[in-house]
Amino acid sequence: MRRRPWAIGFVIFLGLVLSGGGYAAATNVVQSEVSSADQVAEGRKLFLANCASCHGSNGEGAIGGPSLIGVGAASVDFQVGTGRMPGQASGPQLYKKPVQFTEEQIAAMAAYVASLAPGPAIPDAEYLRTTGDDIDLTHGSELFRINCAMCHNAVGAGGALTEGKFAPALGGVTEKHIYEAMVTGPQNMPVFNDANLTPEDKRDIIAYLKWVEENDSVGGYELASIGPVAEGLFVWIFGLGFIIAITVWLGAKAN
Amino acid sequence: MSEIEKTYPAGLATNIQKPISDPGIEPHRVRMTDKSEKAARGAEQQIAVMFGISIVGAFIAIWGFVAFPINSLADTRNGALWMGIGMALSLLGIGFGAVHWAKTLMPDHEVSEARHQARTPDEARAQAIAIIKTADAESGFTRRKLIRRSLYGALAVFPIPALVIFGDLGPQVGDTLKHTIWKKGVRLVRDSHEGGTPIKASEVTLGSVFHVVPENLKDIEDHGEKLNQKAKAAVLLVRVEPSELKEDPAKASWSYDGIVAYSKICTHVGCPVALYEQHTHHLLCPCHQSTFDLADHCKVIFGPAARPLPQLAIEVDAEGYLVAQGDFTEPVGPSFWDIRQS
Repeated sequence: MRRRPWAIGFVIFLGLVLSGGGYAAATNVVQSEVSSADQVAEGRKLFLANCASCHGSNGEGAIGGPSLIGVGAASVDFQVGTGRMPGQASGPQLYKKPVQFTEEQIAAMAAYVASLAPGPAIPDAEYLRTTGDDIDLTHGSELFRINCAMCHNAVGAGGALTEGKFAPALGGVTEKHIYEAMVTGPQNMPVFNDANLTPEDKRDIIAYLKWVEENDSVGGYELASIGPVAEGLFVWIFGLGFIIAITVWLGAKAN
Repeated sequence: MSEIEKTYPAGLATNIQKPISDPGIEPHRVRMTDKSEKAARGAEQQIAVMFGISIVGAFIAIWGFVAFPINSLADTRNGALWMGIGMALSLLGIGFGAVHWAKTLMPDHEVSEARHQARTPDEARAQAIAIIKTADAESGFTRRKLIRRSLYGALAVFPIPALVIFGDLGPQVGDTLKHTIWKKGVRLVRDSHEGGTPIKASEVTLGSVFHVVPENLKDIEDHGEKLNQKAKAAVLLVRVEPSELKEDPAKASWSYDGIVAYSKICTHVGCPVALYEQHTHHLLCPCHQSTFDLADHCKVIFGPAARPLPQLAIEVDAEGYLVAQGDFTEPVGPSFWDIRQS
């Protein structure tokens, strides 16, 4: 019976998407950077309808989900903005899936959660740039290799963790979401706060990832960049297959 | 009596009354190229084409080298690709041509060579024994004990200089496996090729991970030595909710307000263990999946590692920076036979 409020919430949400989303699209309201009391109130409504069954009616946490006090707007923007929240089913890890809310709704929920206690904010556009004279790709690459590559792979192809968990591939993830993941540490990812990696460091890391995404692999076809397993399989099938074919031809008599 | 003629009690041995008969040589099959002059000419042309491909391949390899001067990373790829294709064609063209030539045009009459008897004839054996006996009698090897024994002694001592000389090649391992450059008061700094900056305890927020090296690493001038020392001294710094730490009372002073530091070098075969999960506190080694529970003194909970990752005792200096209380109390990295002896 615990899922019932969620189901009701979903119906409400559908109604909101159809009415509110349509209204927003038609009027093209310019969103203010500072969250207004109205936005927080709207966020609280959405929160109660969609999140409260697991996170508690005041975001204090419940059996299904952790406390959201102090997680900040960045957390909400990442979790809801990548479709990981609302969660589909419990398991080792929540998956990325189609986003369930509009930009305005996510911003409202983020404003509400941010109003509970101070936490990481949604990053400034200045730190989401991937081009510019002050961006140091080499530095970003070094930081990525020191802090991130052990889980996410040297070119961000992702990798396995313990007991069914995994570090997701970073290709196609928006600059904002990468930044928010670093600053909030979603699920089992550790936190990289601004004292560890400054906003400039984070910007360089994101720029490096985007560079890798946009440029061809130097070594030719990268076989998903997952390293020796894929490469070994290729050699076993095609390399050894070629050698066996030649051996058969060598041993066969001419017609 | 040959093997076939022997009789065996029923049920004891396999029946070898009817061994597989010698199939002999297969009947000769005449090749197309032997039957028809046209086919032979065709094969000749095919072989010439293969050798021709080899020549073209060689030029492709030269073109690949010349046409892609290395100005960017992409040029490296294209140059290497075309040189590789060219060289492969060049080599394979000669190889395939030669084999095709041998198979289609060179004589194909069957030849059989009988195997030699493996055993040396008795006559030759007797001769060899006679030679040895004569040599023994003439040299007095058996009779003159003093000579024989002193020769044994000389042969035994002879290799010793080599052992001493080769044993002295390269530096002695000494106690390098047992110590790192961590010392009391050495600051923990961020891993960076530029030397790294020190870390304040207040900067290590809950769930944070810092990849750390000792501050005195940057004082090492020699690059090789620096890498050797870094390979032993690398540390992972994490803050865990103090209530979630299962601390041994004897080691309770090794952490600082939930901040713990562990060697990043796996105790299995020395891979860098750095895959940390914030909520399960699992620390995973990517090489062989050894998993350590960071909240429980890095106890091994899965995989081939045999002992926990050594913990670096830390404290905070007067300026609030994290410093080591001293070196690790046990060797870092893969275990070895006398690891427990200090």
